[in-house]
Amino acid sequence: MIDKFVRGTAEALAGVRSGATILIGGFGQVGTPNALIEALSEADLRDLTVVCNNAGTGTHGLARVMAEGRVRKIICSFPRSAGSVVLEELYKEGKIELEIVPQGTMAERMRAASAGLPAFYTPTGLGTALAEGKETREFDGRTYVLERALRGDVALVEAWQADRWGNLTYRKAGRNFNPVMAMAAELTIAQTQHVAELGALDPEAIVTPGVFVDRVVHIPYGEPDLGKPLY
Amino acid sequence: MDAVVEPKPLNRTQMAARVAADIPEGWIVNLGIGIPTLVADHVPEDREVIFHSENGVIGVGPAPAEDARDPWLINAGKQHVTLRTGGAYVHHADSFALIRGGHLDLCVLGAFEVAENGDIANWSTGANEKAPAVGGAMDLAAGARRLWVVMEHTTKDGRPRLVRRCSYPLTALGAVKRIYTNLAVIDVEPRGFVVREMIPGLTLEALQARSEARLHLPA
Repeated sequence: MIDKFVRGTAEALAGVRSGATILIGGFGQVGTPNALIEALSEADLRDLTVVCNNAGTGTHGLARVMAEGRVRKIICSFPRSAGSVVLEELYKEGKIELEIVPQGTMAERMRAASAGLPAFYTPTGLGTALAEGKETREFDGRTYVLERALRGDVALVEAWQADRWGNLTYRKAGRNFNPVMAMAAELTIAQTQHVAELGALDPEAIVTPGVFVDRVVHIPYGEPDLGKPLY
Repeated sequence: MDAVVEPKPLNRTQMAARVAADIPEGWIVNLGIGIPTLVADHVPEDREVIFHSENGVIGVGPAPAEDARDPWLINAGKQHVTLRTGGAYVHHADSFALIRGGHLDLCVLGAFEVAENGDIANWSTGANEKAPAVGGAMDLAAGARRLWVVMEHTTKDGRPRLVRRCSYPLTALGAVKRIYTNLAVIDVEPRGFVVREMIPGLTLEALQARSEARLHLPA
C-alpha cells in the first residue's frame, strides 16, 4: 500500500542535508508551507540555497531560517517588502548571496527542470542588468536570453487537500508556485490543510498528481492571517 | 476674447480613468502596482475586460468590502481581491506563459523613466544599499502585446521622466507603446514621442519644457 503520510514535520524533513537547494512555495502569505519552514529553521542545517518568490518578513518563517544562519544563498524575484528586515541586514553585511530572477523566468526555470529541459530562451530581461553575461540568440527576428533550468534537491509546498498517494489540490491564490516546485525537486514534501481518502479527490481537479510528491504531512494550519500585512 | 484656461494636471484617479477609457471589451489586461491598479475601478462591470494577476488569478474582480475579504485570494500586490464570474486560477508557470506567450492584450505599468525609443526603467533606482526586487515587471514588459505606462510627467523635484535615454536600470528595451501622464497622452512611435492629447490650456511648448526628449505632433 502506498502511503506518503508522515507523522510530523521532523519526519517530513528527515534526510535533508546541509548545502541542499530548497524550493519553497507560496506567494505573500498564501499557499506558504509555514510549518515546514518553521521546522527548517529548527533543523541542524547550513549553507542552504533557498528558492522562494519573497525573502521573508519580520522574524518568523523564512526570515527566521535566514536569521539562524542556515541560508547561504537566496534566489527570488522580490526580496524587498515591508518588514523584510532580516534579509536587508544580512545582504548589507554581505552574509547572504542574493540572485534576483524575473518572476516568470524563475517559474519557467523550475518548469524546465521538471520537464527534463536544461535551458530555454526567453524574451524577458533582454538588455537589462539581469541578463548580463548570458547567451542570447535571434529567432524569427527577435532576440532571446538563454536561461538555465533550476532544480531543487527539496521542495516544500502547501496543499489544500491531499490523499495517501500524494495527489494534491490547492486553494485559490494558494496555488501559485506550489505545483511547479512540486514537480522540480528530487524530494517533494507537502504540508496539507485537509486529508482526503484515496478516490475522494476528483481526478479532473487534482492539480499535482502524487507521482511528483514524496511525503505528505497533515497540518491544519488555518487560513492566511487577514490581520497581518500580506507580504 | 476667450478666457484663459489655467492648466490643471490630472490627479491619480483622473489618470487611471483616462487609461480605462481606452480599454475595450474583451481585452486581457494586467495592471501593475500603484496608479495602474486603480484603472480597474474605472472600467464599468458591463464592459467585460479580463484582469490578470501574476500570481495566477485570471478574472480579478473589484476589491471586497473589509468584512468580506477572502484570506486565500490576493493579487500580485498582495491586496485582497475578488474573482469575477468566469474567472480561473492557474499556477505561476502557466500565469507567465500567458504573459510571455502573447495572450495579454495589454499591460499597464508605472515607471521612473520612459525613453523616446520605448525603453522603460521601473524596477530599480540603481542604489546599491538595498536588495533589489524585480517581481514580474520584466516578464510583463517583454511579454505583453501592448505596454502602456501611466506616471507623473515629471519627478517630485521637477525632473523629466520622458527622456532621450533612460538613466535608471532598464526593465525592457523598446517596449512602451503609449504613456499617460498627468499632463498628456503620448504615443511612442519610430520617430519618437508623439503627443496625442494634452490637458486643457496646456501648450506644446509648456509640455516640451517638462520633457527631456523631443515631442512631436501627429503627422
